[in-house]
Amino acid sequence: MAEVEETLKRIQSHKGVIGTMVVNAEGIPIRTTLDNSTTVQYAGLLHQLTMKARSTVRDIDPQNDLTFLRIRSKKHEIMVAPDKEYLLIVIQNPCE
Amino acid sequence: MPQKQPPRRQSFSVGRGARRRDEDSGTDVGEGADEWAQSKATVRPPDQLELTDAELKEEFTRILTANNPHAPQNIVRYSFKEGTYKLIGVVNQLAVHFSQVGNLVPKDSDEGRRQHYRDELAAGSQESTKVVISETEIFEEEEEPKEAEAETEAGSQTDMPVAEAAAKVTEEELMTHKQPKERKLTNQFNFSERASQTLNNPLRDRECQMEPPPRTNFSATANQWEIYDAYIEELEKQEKTKEKEKAKTPVAKKMGKMTMRKMTSMESQSDDITKVTQAAKIVERMVNQNTYDDVAQDFKYYEDAADEYRDQEGTLLPLWKFQNDKAKRLAVTALCWNPKYNDLFAVGHGSYDFMKQSRGMLLLYSMKNPSFPEYIFSSESGIMCLDMHVDHPYLVVVGYYDGNVAIYNLKKPHSQPSFCSSAKSGKHTDPVWQVRWQKDDMDNNLNFFSVSSDGRIVSWTLLKSELVHTDVIKLKVEGNTTDGLDGLQLHTVGCGTAFDFHKEIDYMFLVGTEEGKIYKCSKSYSSKFLDTYDAHNMAVDAVSWNPYHTKVFMSCSSDWTVKIWDHTIKTPMFIYDLNSAVGDVAWAPYSSTVFAAVTTNGKTHVFDLSINKYEAICSQPVVAKKKNKITHVQFNPIHPIIIVGDDRGHVICLKLSPNLRKMPKEKKGQEVQKGPAVEIAKLDKLLNLVREVKTKT
Repeated sequence: MAEVEETLKRIQSHKGVIGTMVVNAEGIPIRTTLDNSTTVQYAGLLHQLTMKARSTVRDIDPQNDLTFLRIRSKKHEIMVAPDKEYLLIVIQNPCE
Repeated sequence: MPQKQPPRRQSFSVGRGARRRDEDSGTDVGEGADEWAQSKATVRPPDQLELTDAELKEEFTRILTANNPHAPQNIVRYSFKEGTYKLIGVVNQLAVHFSQVGNLVPKDSDEGRRQHYRDELAAGSQESTKVVISETEIFEEEEEPKEAEAETEAGSQTDMPVAEAAAKVTEEELMTHKQPKERKLTNQFNFSERASQTLNNPLRDRECQMEPPPRTNFSATANQWEIYDAYIEELEKQEKTKEKEKAKTPVAKKMGKMTMRKMTSMESQSDDITKVTQAAKIVERMVNQNTYDDVAQDFKYYEDAADEYRDQEGTLLPLWKFQNDKAKRLAVTALCWNPKYNDLFAVGHGSYDFMKQSRGMLLLYSMKNPSFPEYIFSSESGIMCLDMHVDHPYLVVVGYYDGNVAIYNLKKPHSQPSFCSSAKSGKHTDPVWQVRWQKDDMDNNLNFFSVSSDGRIVSWTLLKSELVHTDVIKLKVEGNTTDGLDGLQLHTVGCGTAFDFHKEIDYMFLVGTEEGKIYKCSKSYSSKFLDTYDAHNMAVDAVSWNPYHTKVFMSCSSDWTVKIWDHTIKTPMFIYDLNSAVGDVAWAPYSSTVFAAVTTNGKTHVFDLSINKYEAICSQPVVAKKKNKITHVQFNPIHPIIIVGDDRGHVICLKLSPNLRKMPKEKKGQEVQKGPAVEIAKLDKLLNLVREVKTKT
């Protein structure tokens, strides 16, 4: 337990990381380092996108599964690591 | 109804017909006609109003409508659809005063005649059937015609038109004529059978409304993987049930319960957040990959273009730097790449300053996450050496400064070693300088060797829950026995500082000592050495067999030299003086002639004997401060990189430039030969040169 906390802390304190959030299976954020409205927006949208991406991967091969999703945008990079029940979303500015 | 009937009716017996008429008169329309005829006499009731002519002539308009005045106008019913009481707009206006279901069979018709004929045939049993059926009228045997008639009446009375009834009567009368003969017979034994029809209970409809059962809508689209998951789940369930059936013994049950309890307690304790452990690890690596993107690119793709113009010399490109706050100020005492995961390596932390011994750390870093170690183990005593098992890459054996050896299992999360020696179980009395996993013994037990400055070389075997030790050899300094009191010969012990096992000959190994001697030993002879080399003037820091050439080994020492030997010859083949104490040497895994050495002045030297057998082709300071001494170096088994550790706890990863890993040049029309044979030949060629020189002198 402490190990995860430490890992999350390390990620948050890493260079260029803007925010981390943990989102549950329904797309509801359960932990975040960003403000409320941003979190809700990110969580909702990324949850949908991840589910769609996962569905795509699994439709192609049901034995396969999505393990990681990274979205590179002009401003920053959004990384989504889907777990069984949760999504871990990290927003990082890699150019910083 | 046949037209003949009315006259007949008149001709029939009076009693019954008259009675019938009287009874029927109340409802019969025909009777009303008589009354109407009587009204011509203008009998005025006494209480009739006297009206004037004008009043009489006044017209009152009455309209007949089809509406039923008795029909209710305000019926309300509960509607479940809308959840309210609703007025029912349409009311049934139909009023039924009388209804009758019946069927007629004309007497003249074929069926009628047939029926009649049948009746006549059946007359013997006194079965009287109806020609005109109204509802259910069954006449069975009757004693007397009168009774039968009465019955008939009773049956038909209520709902049969007069004419019909009359017709029936006719029939009955006709029948009765034949009956008497039979009657006497039937009544021979005073037999009587009576039947009567009771009133049929009227059918009643009863209905009630109950609350409808709850309904929910469910809809989903099933795609291929959902179906797949469902199947997998089902399979797992089946397997579980099978296992349960197997484990039906009470002990097993208890165990299962126990684990279940543990599981549940664990679950209740753990926060939801623990479930993202794996995801967090991945993300951490990704975040690191982003920040160290340039380094990763260099690691994979950068080749120093300047090497082409440098002729022979090469460079080392610093990549990642690994350090951890917890291991600050602890010297790197050991480095080891994981044999299975090429990005993972173990770092042992301790101290080489024997006045300042403190704790130790065992850290495992991955190149994928340079900012934080994958595993952290801390120990009370400083770690001096370590080794990872080839077949079980999760087992790390370490040797401590206090003489103990221990095995850490990376699979187990707690930070304590899985196995540890103790004073009872034959630990070393001096620092353990090197440990090395061996091939599993005959009983397939894991075992490893350790060397210490107490002069013992110990083989440790891992039995179920303990470490069992066997002393393999005791180092003695030959010809150095001192005569003690009473003529006792005291052997001065040799202090082992390094060893290496031969790659092919299982029993043979080399031991370097503090005195600078190197012994060639065998596992099977504990009293004698196979050979002794007077190698160095100071402590031997490392000995290492060549990975390709089975005869060649290399040693380094604090006396500033690195020496390369043929183990069959007692004098070194090559000697290199590096102007500083040499902490460690390592052969490159890709070539038989390349090796790296690190010195305490912070430099890393890379040699390629096939290119230059007199000097290093790269000699480069790699630590930030000159104070930092480099202690160890290791080549990655796959990638062209090395890791070097210094005495401040830093580990630096360096990439070898193309010149440092030059392979034989491709000649046109000639295939490039590769493989161990080529490597051996390459080194042999060099050695032969030296041998020739030696024989000459």
